[in-house]
Amino acid sequence: MPRDEKLYVGINKDLKEITVTIPDADPKPWDGKDDLKHVGKRVTRIDGTYKTTGRAKYTYDIKVPGMIYGKIIRSPYPAAMVKKIDMAQAKKLPGVRAIIPAKDELPFPVRFAGQDVVAIAADTEHLLEEAAKLIKIEYEQKSFTVDLEEAKNEGSPPVYFDSDDEDRKKNLRSPNISPEDATPDEIDEILSSSDHKVEATYRTQVQTHCPMETHGVIAKWDEGKITIWASTQGTFTVRNQVADHFDVPKSDVRVITKYMGGGFGSKLKADTYTMLAVKLSRESGKPVRLMLSRKEDHLTTGNRPDSVQMISIGATNEGIITGIKLKSYGTGGVAGGAGTSGPAQNIYDVEKKYIEEANVYTNAGPSAPFRAPGHPQGTFALEQTIDDLALKIGMDPLEFRIKNTMSDEVRQAEYKIGAEKFGWAKRNRKAGADKGVIKSGVGMANSIWYYIYATGSHVSLRINDDGSVHLRNGVQDIGGGIVTPMAAIVAEELGLEPKNVKVTIGDTEFGLGPTSGGSQTTAGLTPAVRNAAWSAKQRLLNMAAELMEVEKNNVRLQSGGVFQVVDSEKKMTWKEVTAEIGERYGGQLTVTGDRNEDYYESGRWKISGVQFAEVAVDTETGKIGVKRILAVHDCGRPMNRLTIENQVNGGIIQGVSYALYENRILDRNTGIMVNPNLESYKIAGAQEVPMIETHLIDLNLGQSSTGAAGIGEPATIPTAAAIANAVYHALGVRIRELPMTPAVVLNALGKI
Amino acid sequence: MGEKQKKSDDTPKLSRRTFIKSVGFSSVGVAAVRGEGMVGQLQKAGILEKDKILGPGKIQVSFQVNGKVVPASIEPRTMLVEAIRDHLVLTGTKIGCNRGACGACTVILDGKAIASCMTLALDAIGKSIETIEGLEESKEKLHPIQTSFIEHDAMQCGFCTSGMIMSSKHLLDKTNSPSDREIKEAVSGNLCRCGTYPHVFSAIKTAAKKMK
Repeated sequence: MPRDEKLYVGINKDLKEITVTIPDADPKPWDGKDDLKHVGKRVTRIDGTYKTTGRAKYTYDIKVPGMIYGKIIRSPYPAAMVKKIDMAQAKKLPGVRAIIPAKDELPFPVRFAGQDVVAIAADTEHLLEEAAKLIKIEYEQKSFTVDLEEAKNEGSPPVYFDSDDEDRKKNLRSPNISPEDATPDEIDEILSSSDHKVEATYRTQVQTHCPMETHGVIAKWDEGKITIWASTQGTFTVRNQVADHFDVPKSDVRVITKYMGGGFGSKLKADTYTMLAVKLSRESGKPVRLMLSRKEDHLTTGNRPDSVQMISIGATNEGIITGIKLKSYGTGGVAGGAGTSGPAQNIYDVEKKYIEEANVYTNAGPSAPFRAPGHPQGTFALEQTIDDLALKIGMDPLEFRIKNTMSDEVRQAEYKIGAEKFGWAKRNRKAGADKGVIKSGVGMANSIWYYIYATGSHVSLRINDDGSVHLRNGVQDIGGGIVTPMAAIVAEELGLEPKNVKVTIGDTEFGLGPTSGGSQTTAGLTPAVRNAAWSAKQRLLNMAAELMEVEKNNVRLQSGGVFQVVDSEKKMTWKEVTAEIGERYGGQLTVTGDRNEDYYESGRWKISGVQFAEVAVDTETGKIGVKRILAVHDCGRPMNRLTIENQVNGGIIQGVSYALYENRILDRNTGIMVNPNLESYKIAGAQEVPMIETHLIDLNLGQSSTGAAGIGEPATIPTAAAIANAVYHALGVRIRELPMTPAVVLNALGKI
Repeated sequence: MGEKQKKSDDTPKLSRRTFIKSVGFSSVGVAAVRGEGMVGQLQKAGILEKDKILGPGKIQVSFQVNGKVVPASIEPRTMLVEAIRDHLVLTGTKIGCNRGACGACTVILDGKAIASCMTLALDAIGKSIETIEGLEESKEKLHPIQTSFIEHDAMQCGFCTSGMIMSSKHLLDKTNSPSDREIKEAVSGNLCRCGTYPHVFSAIKTAAKKMK
């Protein structure tokens, strides 16, 4: 029977009482009055020892008995037909076990430099290099384009040159226009009749993911049964895609990911290298390890598309936004969307918007979701335009934002904390006021992301008659450290310490777990964990009550695993009660927990955030130094403040890196990436890290048993925009292009 | 070198010129710069005799790794990181870029933090190699740097962590009161894509205190 529970919900300690109907099998959700011992505190990773001693085995490290090595030969040309592949010489080389063309039939097209052409498997990695040299591939080169502006013009070389469909041959895809928005005429009328209007064009670059562990798998084909050790952020996605591709039952595919070295969105799918590895294993009869090189990772495994965004926003004299118009295009190479409109659509309380977004095909590797797809780009344009508009009206940019986001109470709380801790009021209101060569400035920006979770996660919790506790689920840990809140939640319910809870993940033989995309792992999985732990607790309380011959309701499970009878000296230890599991359950009590729909629609569909930045710009060298970032974010009820803080730091540092350094450069004459490595593709390192201060909102809504939401993506969204606004404040000159390199800054200052 | 390499008559031997030939063009620079030292070391170790050819096939060598002498059969072209990972099966040391730009392969060689993907395995013969696996006293007793990394959550995905810790160890072997600047410098060759640096900095500070 479902039951009604009174909950205290709200922002931090600003709580109100609501009544929520809870299914009988679920616990009362944690709310704003629950002060917990482990959950929401700073809990160190339960697998920290493995990661700091080198004992953690990543896909990269795994050796399967009989394992051989795989490699993919890739097209050196950005556009070509593969006419012939001569494998005869390579096949004769002793130790070469399988050679498989990327497509079943010749000829086949390649559309970017780096696209897979042939896969080889051999006994050693050095042998692969030798075999690769013996394979002769005949290409018929085609014209290509890697330039966004060129590609979108009529008559540019079609990326899908071999298509029969004239429409598909067009590189510029017809734009997406959101139907509920204003018409173009309507928005133009609104903007031109507004008291104030600003418009400008912003450009952002292509960024590649660069996880430290490159993409790859070990694939083992065993009479139609497939095992894959994968560096993935979606074990079940890989399982499903492989089963589909090879037309085998999902139950015959097993994907294992015990540790994985980062993904940021690029490891969400199985990708062609996985399929080729499986084929090499099928052909050779041996497990095949196929890990990509750093260069292949840059070229083929995804990227954040670039963008050109023409944005105009209008406002009244009183500082109320009247309308937003955004027209943008960008390229995700041969595939993927380049949309940037999320922030413009969702941050401000504006009724009238017109959004038009187009994708342009170019002969470059396909894009992939990258930590908040579209949002850092969109925020860079939107939040600078908002600052410009505030300036034009003569309002403080923070005040202007406050006025136009009144519907978002959480964001209002974030502004307040952020402005106070940062010292926003103390800033010089005049831009470019510093006299010296090095000018400092401060700026801020909003971010928006979404509350996303998937239903269906299923965990199983075993309590053994020796008192040991083991939780299992198929989810992978992308680095956010999901295993630690899993252990902490079980420990919380059962009165144990997180280190007492063994957690095994990363195997599709266990229950369904979420894909780590969309910042949904914690929101999707933790309620299932708590539900299982709570069920186990009910059974244990029953057992303890029977053993002590009291009513169940009179027994409490307390810290230290003590079963205490209320108002009595009577108690039993964890060991004593769990020993009874031998008698009653044959030695092991197993309970499960599921992630079902939220208990109610809280109305909170988004995740807000605000960041403040302080920079120092050297006007002689053009170098921007980010001195300080202060971040205020919400992520529902925080599950582990230690790992959340770490993830927020990481999001910010990636944002600094995106703002100032990273840039995939394709040579327009050859179509080849000129910086496919980690020394000339510059990523922020230890020397570039600013001082970071993070504040979290405690947002308790009681929508699920844990109330968790995500943080991975939100933290990286506003950083580049906040830095850009700070740069404007320092210089009095606006930079509308990423990355903001010294050359870009000097150019903006009119010095070069 | 802890123990003298056992000589065996059928072990092929290397002259400097043929060695350079055998490892190919890309390694000539390395061999030419460090050649004398390496030749000397190999002679001392009894692997190399004048006018004998070594490679391209496997040769018997031994490494002094984490205080133990470990024999291995490697091709002369083997890089140190391959020897460590594939032959000594110490997979804590990672490869992130394979060209010395990311620091995931950092180990300590004769007291210096080096990129093992840029170092020939033969260059390490006769020298002491420290890898992440050598830090802990026992499974129960981790090195203070390791415990500090755990306390401060100085890791996310963990793939850069071994290299990060080895660079930290190299710093703290030299000083137990590093400045903020020294700490940043010490790990500036170690790329962490997850952006764990602020926690790494605080972990190193705590470790330094523990090691005083």
